[in-house]
Amino acid sequence: MRKHLIDIKSTSVEDIKLVLETASSFKDVLSRDIKKVPALRGKTAVNLFFEPSTRTKTSFELAEKRLSTDVINFAVPTSSVVKGETLYDTIKTIESYGVDFIIIRHQSSGVPHFITSFSQASVINAGDGINEHPTQALLDAFTLIEKKGTVEGLKIAVVGDIFHSRVARSNIFCLRKLGAEVRIVAPNTLVPKGIENEGVQIYNNLEDGISDVDAVMMLRIQNERQSGGFLSSKDEYFRFWGLTSKRLKNAKPDCIVMHPGPMNRGVEIDSEVADSAQSVIHAQVINGLAVRMAVLYLLSTA
Amino acid sequence: MTEILIKNGHITDPLQGIDAVGCVLITGGKIGKISVGADSINVSNPAISVVNATELFVFPGFVDMHTHLREPGFEYKETIRTGTLAAAKGGFTSVCSMPNTKPVNDNETVTEFIVRKAMMEGYCDVFPIGAITKGQEGKELAEMGMMKTAGCVGFSDDGKPVVNSLIMRRALEYSKVFSSPVISHAEDAFLSEGGVMNEGYLSTILGLRGIPAEAEIIMIKRDIDLAALTGGRLHVAHVSTAGGVRAIREAKKDGIKVTAETCPHYFSITEDAVNGYNTNGKVNPPLRTQKDVEAVREGLNDDTIDAIATDHAPHHRDDKMCEFDRAAFGISGFETAFSLSIRLVHDGVLTLSRLIRKMTCEPAAILSIDKGTLREGGDGDIVVVDMEATFTVESERFLSKGKNTPFSGWQLKGQPVLTINRGRVTYDNFTGRL
Repeated sequence: MRKHLIDIKSTSVEDIKLVLETASSFKDVLSRDIKKVPALRGKTAVNLFFEPSTRTKTSFELAEKRLSTDVINFAVPTSSVVKGETLYDTIKTIESYGVDFIIIRHQSSGVPHFITSFSQASVINAGDGINEHPTQALLDAFTLIEKKGTVEGLKIAVVGDIFHSRVARSNIFCLRKLGAEVRIVAPNTLVPKGIENEGVQIYNNLEDGISDVDAVMMLRIQNERQSGGFLSSKDEYFRFWGLTSKRLKNAKPDCIVMHPGPMNRGVEIDSEVADSAQSVIHAQVINGLAVRMAVLYLLSTA
Repeated sequence: MTEILIKNGHITDPLQGIDAVGCVLITGGKIGKISVGADSINVSNPAISVVNATELFVFPGFVDMHTHLREPGFEYKETIRTGTLAAAKGGFTSVCSMPNTKPVNDNETVTEFIVRKAMMEGYCDVFPIGAITKGQEGKELAEMGMMKTAGCVGFSDDGKPVVNSLIMRRALEYSKVFSSPVISHAEDAFLSEGGVMNEGYLSTILGLRGIPAEAEIIMIKRDIDLAALTGGRLHVAHVSTAGGVRAIREAKKDGIKVTAETCPHYFSITEDAVNGYNTNGKVNPPLRTQKDVEAVREGLNDDTIDAIATDHAPHHRDDKMCEFDRAAFGISGFETAFSLSIRLVHDGVLTLSRLIRKMTCEPAAILSIDKGTLREGGDGDIVVVDMEATFTVESERFLSKGKNTPFSGWQLKGQPVLTINRGRVTYDNFTGRL
């Protein structure tokens, strides 16, 4: 395992598999009465979230605490960043406290990469711009293995705002590396240029795109990023690309439905589907904890 | 003023058709005499400095029609003094400074400031480019006539393209009165909005917003049509795309008054330079694909592209040592320009004479300035180049304040060793010979 986890695109298949196997043992820990292990006692992690986040931040924080790591939370709106401090200085200052892990979410793509160029800590990307969200892809892969036994050979549709989605990018890299057949389903305005070079099939039509698939990964329509004329309206989006029970019938009967959250019910997904037996959205959340524990643990030994 | 005799160098002056070993005598800051043949000029006066240029090349001082000297307003990035010092090291004796200063060079007071400051502190001649519109806001024409009188040689809103077609039409019409070219930074600002690199597979993989080639091509085509409509003189800055080259080639065939420049980075490297989020490869227009690089080279070869400019854009370390999408656009270009350009000769794209043409008399002609030749009686602007010198680009040793270059660590061959501007030695890496 390398020192940092900044993306999936440069992470080897071996390392991905190592994380998934290790996460499996940590999931056992999470089912015990006492859910805490001393694995990273004496280590310090800083959670640096430059963008609002509830679930990823909570998940990382709990993962750190379950491993007995000391945790610093860095709240950006009250920090020196608003006073005009550069990112470089912010990181250098925090690093002076002797942190072992920097978990960073930032609105600019490439920031985790940038930090590794001057920081001694292990950097974990918790989502950078429209680039990657590696731990989300790992927890999705973990969930797929849990539900389907393997990722290899599965047919998976990733549906929605591929263009703005770091979850989509990380998942495309991860699922392809693990041998899945990946389709992306979106209106053309939300399909990033050249993505077909990653070995994915592009569908504009949802019924066709999810036909006969083993899993559907829904993406959140990011209202805050729709100002560039990508879509006409939420209503039209739901009419053509929203996942309903009726449409889901095109998929395999045992197809699972995934979503990284938070969901926009009635925009990308109908409540009936979100709450159905096929939905594994809550399993994703608990698996996220196990995967993040595994990542922290493995990086600490790198 | 010192008199200098440059002896037995290989003189290449495309405008006069000279391409042979010979001698040049500079007296009173002017080219006193130029003649072909070894030892064709000899002097006995010991006060005259004699440069033995045997096995070296002697060219007219380079003319850079597109630079950013950052003064006034951004002296922490560069000043007229440091910028022209770096230019002299690069073999330039004339540079044109773009108007995106603070305040914007959109009036004669700012123009006069730049001209005077350059006269006092500069290491080469500085010819300001005035803004097309007041404040570079694209709304009202700036005072082109007064700026021209004060020293401006062309007009451009530089990095802020003139979005309003009517204003661009008026600029092309109005500038005709003053016989000045309108220089287009061709970018459809709506199409490029938010973009930080070339749009394509790589931008998708890096998760960076892309700028499609069409942002440049569409604007070049619009401006060509407006040049045709008005009969104005259009000059297209820093051409980076195959489609842009094609459009200019067609326009020239149709007899439209259009000229064009490109920069060393557009014929030397591709978008791959930004891989790993290298902010030193962030430039506007963005570095493109191999296909575009080849088209730009073809455009240089068939004279679709008339001139090579640097778009020297120095930035402070802090402007590049940050998040990629917040980083400033630009490359510090003076000190690598010639050595990158000479690769076009090594690669058979241009003959040496044609390369020198694009770095001297062509830009001078576009701007109607009396530079770029070793004509007797003209300014004593000369660069002596050691074509065999090899060196490693070390940006920390740049004389420019801007150390931002994607070429750091590159091994290059061919380097200016002596630069003379109006008879004054402005750069001397010629130890022991002068």
